[in-house]
Amino acid sequence: MKRLLLACLLGASLISMANAAIDTYQFKDEGERARFRTLTEELRCPKCQNQNIADSNAPIATDLRREIFRMLEEGQSNAQIVDFLVLRYGDFVLYKPPLNARTYLLWYGPFALLGLGVLGLGVLVLRRRKGAKGSVPAALSVNERERLSALLQQNSQDSK
Amino acid sequence: MKRLVLLLPLLLFLGIALFLYRGLFLNPSALPSVLIGKAFPSFALPSVLEPGKTISQADLLGKPALVNVWATWCPSCRAEHPLLNKLAASGVTIHGINYKDQREPAQRWLRDLHNPYQLNIEDAQGSLGLDLGVTGAPETFFIDAKGIIRDKYVGVIDEQIWRTKLAPRYQQLLDEVQP
Repeated sequence: MKRLLLACLLGASLISMANAAIDTYQFKDEGERARFRTLTEELRCPKCQNQNIADSNAPIATDLRREIFRMLEEGQSNAQIVDFLVLRYGDFVLYKPPLNARTYLLWYGPFALLGLGVLGLGVLVLRRRKGAKGSVPAALSVNERERLSALLQQNSQDSK
Repeated sequence: MKRLVLLLPLLLFLGIALFLYRGLFLNPSALPSVLIGKAFPSFALPSVLEPGKTISQADLLGKPALVNVWATWCPSCRAEHPLLNKLAASGVTIHGINYKDQREPAQRWLRDLHNPYQLNIEDAQGSLGLDLGVTGAPETFFIDAKGIIRDKYVGVIDEQIWRTKLAPRYQQLLDEVQP
């Protein structure tokens, strides 16, 4: 009995711990709740290295959740909210970096590398194929054939 | 030509090694402020010491200054405070933003630890902090005489950092005013 009680107590304490990071917001409708969720999951907490605003316990993340909620209530669009944060915290808050001059390498680099790889492979394959064709032994000339039979004869005599 | 092609993998390796080696010494939490080069955000907030008085961005104009974001809940701010006192005594203009704090402890802090700030902005809700892209305390902004944010330092400023890194930047801002 005592053990069961202890287990229940432990379980209850776990639940309260899990709830500690969650703040409560009253949403107008499900759509707004969904938007809040996507936004907080897509935006990175500026203080943390790799956590989104939804997951982080940092005070700054709490503030940003509140700010996002406020802007949602004001009827701002997702793009407006994201812009608001980028203006203050920079592209760092975006998990999906924008396409601009500074990020061309990031976006197109992998494709460029892939292209280079394919090119290199192509060159290699082509060269090998050509090489294979080139190395087919041409028919021996008369002179060579005589030398060959002479050598073979010599060889068979030696081995006797 | 053939020899050069043979060297290619080595060169590639060296390039990647250099790139990664450099990465070992980069600070991943260094976050360049997007506000550098922009005007200090507008605000109208009470003063910590005279709550009836309102301070706005216009009060920051005229002189290059340091704007230090601090709070009584921030232990590193306490570590930084003596240096700020020293800088203020040597004539550096410093303004303070009391970030997400309570008035009473903040006033006590300024009384007990000395007040190095010319203006004490009370940002209890953290709204100015948000506009400044502040992620914690202490953070220090450098503004020029026109109120443009020119630089930002995140973390505790100590004697050495001030001398080697920050003093030249402040001097540069001063030089701009009196060429």
